[in-house]
Amino acid sequence: MNFYFFASPATFFRLAGAMAPMFFVLAAISGAVGLYLGLVVAPTDAQQGEVYRVIFIHVPAAWMSMFIYFVMACYGGMTLAFNTRLAAMMARALAPTGAMFTFVALWTGAFWGRPTWGAYWVWDARLTSELVLLFLYGGFIALANAFEDPRRGDRAAALLALIGVVNLPIIYFSVQWWNTLHQGSSVSFKGTSMHVTMLWGMLLMAFSFWMYAAGAALVRCRTLILDRERRTRWVRALS
Amino acid sequence: MAGPHVEGRALACKRGMATLFRDVSFVLEAGEWLAVRGANGSGKTTLLRCVAGLTHADAGSVERAGDFLYAGHLPAINDSLDASENLRALLALRGVAADAAAIDAALDRVGLSGRRMLPARRLSAGQRRRVGLARLALDPAPIWILDEPLAALDDAGQALFTQLLGGHVRRGGLAMVATHHDLSPPPVRELRMGA
Amino acid sequence: MNVVIESPGPAAPEGSFGAGFAWAFTRDLLLARRHPGETVLVVAFFALVASLFPLGVGAEPQLLARIGPGIIWVCALLAAFLSLPPLFATDYADGMLEQMALSPHPMPGWIAGKIAAHWMSSGLPLTVLSPLLGLQFGLDAATLGTLALALALGTPILSLLGAACSALTLGARGGGTLLALLALPLFVPVLIFGAGAAEAAAGGLSAAPHLSLLGAGLILAAMAVPFAIAAAVRIALD
Repeated sequence: MNFYFFASPATFFRLAGAMAPMFFVLAAISGAVGLYLGLVVAPTDAQQGEVYRVIFIHVPAAWMSMFIYFVMACYGGMTLAFNTRLAAMMARALAPTGAMFTFVALWTGAFWGRPTWGAYWVWDARLTSELVLLFLYGGFIALANAFEDPRRGDRAAALLALIGVVNLPIIYFSVQWWNTLHQGSSVSFKGTSMHVTMLWGMLLMAFSFWMYAAGAALVRCRTLILDRERRTRWVRALS
Repeated sequence: MAGPHVEGRALACKRGMATLFRDVSFVLEAGEWLAVRGANGSGKTTLLRCVAGLTHADAGSVERAGDFLYAGHLPAINDSLDASENLRALLALRGVAADAAAIDAALDRVGLSGRRMLPARRLSAGQRRRVGLARLALDPAPIWILDEPLAALDDAGQALFTQLLGGHVRRGGLAMVATHHDLSPPPVRELRMGA
Repeated sequence: MNVVIESPGPAAPEGSFGAGFAWAFTRDLLLARRHPGETVLVVAFFALVASLFPLGVGAEPQLLARIGPGIIWVCALLAAFLSLPPLFATDYADGMLEQMALSPHPMPGWIAGKIAAHWMSSGLPLTVLSPLLGLQFGLDAATLGTLALALALGTPILSLLGAACSALTLGARGGGTLLALLALPLFVPVLIFGAGAAEAAAGGLSAAPHLSLLGAGLILAAMAVPFAIAAAVRIALD
């Protein structure tokens, strides 16, 4: 994707309209296969039994919550640096999906925590910083919509997103830096200690969530474009 | 060293979906002042803020050579400080050192000698504006960017401003002033907004 | 794209970080002295709420000693939050903020000065008062000392983060609630480490890890936040 892809809302509108269904289809297929692997094929865990299967939602959702925030912050950076409208709209489009995945990660984590740790919630470093991430998403959405001039909202929220990026390494590395209750990472670029079907199940679910997020963001962005650009000729021609 | 100089080239500004102004250009050299005129909402304030660097313009460029002073709609006077403290703060903010005698003299000149120790909330709008005039008298900046400097000033205040503007221009300074009054000395040119 | 080119012209007054810091610091302290009510209000609120807990919870010493540090920290958080709104809002409303933005003194300088003055009239009194309040909860000397040190490190961080949120919400609808939504989640890590330090000391463990994290956070925030606030102020004035 070259730079000028982001230049014209009209072009982007058409492109996004064509691409979004493809993303959703990919999401559905990989999600189905991933869930099959996770719920049916993967073996029962020696210590935790069947409960551990929530990992196939929990871990991919947590990965996505951080990844989406990072992408949102990048779009925020582009908004501030280049003052483009489209970058700001993409950031706004990503925020609700990112917030949803953060909530899912926290909720499935609580569901998993009860049988394994005996508590729905503990104030350890990783959980607390993930909760802060949820509030950062909420703050981003609230701030972006708090101004009369939407461009002001775009820029203030973009700055907030960039400031909050500091939270991502804290979430990611917290299990290494502190003695926390949350288990350390089992998956890294060097290899994994997990059973291969579990790994594949998780990766496929992560891919599925990623495709869903892309599709949802594109659809939401199209709506934002229609709203922001409603006075332009091409939008009026659509109705 | 070259003298003070302000130039705007093809400036354009959009607010929301409407274009506020387009293709505005001007040049100002030392000893000149420019009057910016136009109806309410025609973009005078936005243009001045673009030249001052507070607001970004959507197109065009501004070239400024020399130190400048900007005075906008809001008088930048804090209610809890008195006139001389406010004046000293405004000058110190721009790095201008002024001793107590100079400040008192300036406040006398603008007719605030009796009220200099009162907290600014006890001053009328016109009296606050006069603190701004005292600032113009003491600040050595060669470039003035002023937005409706005569607002809330009575006839005596307007006469004071005219005096200060005349002196500034004679000393080789330049000014860009948004106003609907006719001032003397007359401006070297007028910029009409919202034509 | 707008470009403002400043060609070298007749000499401009020199601006410096230190001069900007001193300007904002002395001015804001002077303003706080003119309105001592606001400072006293913050401190009084802190003291009152912290004192209500022993009354409400019952005088069981073990329980009080357990919850004391946490309560004092939460009160410090809320009191710091209450004193935030006027930080930039007054100057924004009377036009001083744009004059400050146009000053030859670099923006992070006077921003740091304002935040330092804010801390002197909110965080510092709270830190000084904390041993007295800790006595109400029956905390021992070691815990009181650690608590005060944790507050001394943590309250400046609260001032810095709170000021950033305050600058971001200039001119926004939703006022205090929006500010709370942004600021309180950012305060949470400070609360955790700050209260954790005091609790570690109460339990006989070393509070050094917590305190050093707070110290590192303070250094990082002090260096980075004024620049972020400068960007937020420029956005607000645009």
